[in-house]
Amino acid sequence: MDLSRLEPCGPFAWQLPVQGAMRVPGIIYGDAGLLASMDDKVASQLANVAALPGIVQAVYAMPDAHWGYGFPIGGVAAFDAEQGGVVSAGGVGFDVSCGVRLLHTGLLRKEVARRAACLADALLAAVPAGLGRGGALRLDEAEMDAMLAGGAVWAIARGYGWPEDAWRIEEQGCMAGADPAQVSAQAKRRQYDEMGTLGSGNHYLEVQEVAEIYDAACAQAFGLREGAVVVSMHCGSRGLGHQIGTEFLRRMVIDADQYGIVLPDRELACAPILSETGQAYLAAMRAAINCALANRQIITHLTREVFARLFPEARLDILYDVSHNTCKEELHEVAGRPKPLFVHRKGATRAFGPGHAELPDALAEIGQPVLVGGSMGAASYVLVGCSSAEAMSFSSSCHGAGRAMSRTAASKKWQGRAVVAELAQGGILIRSPSMRGVAEEAPGAYKDVHAVVEAAEHIGLSRRVARLMPMICIKG
Amino acid sequence: MSWDCGGGDCRASWQHFQHDADVGLMGHGATLDEAFEQTALALTALITDPAGVRPLVERPIHCEAPDMELLLVDWLNALIYEMATKNMLFSRFRCHITDHCLAASAWGEEVDVMRHAPAVEVKGATYTCLAVRQEAGGWVASCVVDV
Repeated sequence: MDLSRLEPCGPFAWQLPVQGAMRVPGIIYGDAGLLASMDDKVASQLANVAALPGIVQAVYAMPDAHWGYGFPIGGVAAFDAEQGGVVSAGGVGFDVSCGVRLLHTGLLRKEVARRAACLADALLAAVPAGLGRGGALRLDEAEMDAMLAGGAVWAIARGYGWPEDAWRIEEQGCMAGADPAQVSAQAKRRQYDEMGTLGSGNHYLEVQEVAEIYDAACAQAFGLREGAVVVSMHCGSRGLGHQIGTEFLRRMVIDADQYGIVLPDRELACAPILSETGQAYLAAMRAAINCALANRQIITHLTREVFARLFPEARLDILYDVSHNTCKEELHEVAGRPKPLFVHRKGATRAFGPGHAELPDALAEIGQPVLVGGSMGAASYVLVGCSSAEAMSFSSSCHGAGRAMSRTAASKKWQGRAVVAELAQGGILIRSPSMRGVAEEAPGAYKDVHAVVEAAEHIGLSRRVARLMPMICIKG
Repeated sequence: MSWDCGGGDCRASWQHFQHDADVGLMGHGATLDEAFEQTALALTALITDPAGVRPLVERPIHCEAPDMELLLVDWLNALIYEMATKNMLFSRFRCHITDHCLAASAWGEEVDVMRHAPAVEVKGATYTCLAVRQEAGGWVASCVVDV
């Protein structure tokens, strides 16, 4: 990125001043190295988002930001409905409520390592991954609607989990304001046999080891200790969310004229929050959030069944579940007063600090766990939300490393089988139906997530608690 | 932006081009219909080698859009929907476009995970790098898809 367009405001923050049609400035977080590796289009996309009606305060790019669709991935923008603010299907993305869930196991590395191959095979067999593998659970129309209204709470009520799971999930496992009637028959049809499936691309199910603790008190409060084994999953709302994104992106592009919205980029398709299209999208998008929460809940259940068979002593409690592609109505302080805002986080994680009213009691004094995904050879991180992030990013932080290399370049550079063999030598087992998929997701194709979380900590967006290293990775 | 020719053959009439996290599709053709057909082939090539997909079953597809660019997105999204809901892959396409209306057929077969080893599932076609234009040598259609 050409830094001459930006004004430094502190060692880890850069401002894109208001210019042209921008209504608010853009703020990019990261050190000079991270910014240098960002595409110039991140700044251009921030400028476009900053020009949307009703935007509040500033538009932010997290340290892992990269070129996205309309919004940069790693972008955070909040809108005030009363000031003509908009909701953008592009600002949420296709994979609505894609997120990360982390489970404890109560096991240690040495206990799991002895039967790692067996566990890897059993997880691959139990959790459908990749294109062409549907889930075992098929929902009729009434159950589909119940799932879309109830999220993980619905899944738990149907036996896919434990009652205590719900409070360890954002929104206590059920996104309010979802309306299944606003979800098209096509979107529901696309979800028909995709409940409890991982998908493909950068989605995964991993068995990981806690490799390093940065904050002992916080780690203890989260139940993490060095050498412990955890399970992490990264996936979203599957076909249903993709279809809702597709349909509303189109509808918002066509309706933009009607609402007097000039789109600098069609991908920024949006509608006023207080419009028919805006309300319909919010209701459908919230249903997709519930679909993602139910999906991760069912995968949790399938994972628990595998562990119960192979490690009867294991107990897979949820540490936390975060979503990083959402638009949520939240109270934030603007000019010293609390204000309801519609916060878009596109490839960014909500990161509430200690004392936030939305946190469950057990986390109130510590802050929200922020789960940053890595994959295969790369580390994942558990961070904790900081109160300082409220003024800096509407309480948001990073979500992952971001790609350093395109899929086509990665599949030319690496052979899937060689990647699997190399990782196996390092003690990491990969299971995937597609070797080309593995090559495209090779660890070297991603940026250094370490630099991203370090920057997030220096800035005060969130603080490192633990680093997790993969032992087994199921890739779609 | 860097370019990558599908199948390693630069004379091929479809291409993949690079986008940060995802991939762009481009179809070239002597006619608009052909450019749309080639873009669809580029879509399949993201997932598996089109040569390994037998054109056994025909699926009719109809789309209508306010302009040609939205029609391209609708066409690709219709194929993504067919693939997702019928569990199919397609390798042969026939398009007929008149007045922003597309009447098409796609031929393919059910996914065989062992044989096709699908690399990725496509979530949707986007409006990024979206273009449908006539050039000296014919028509070009392109957009980025989210994977």
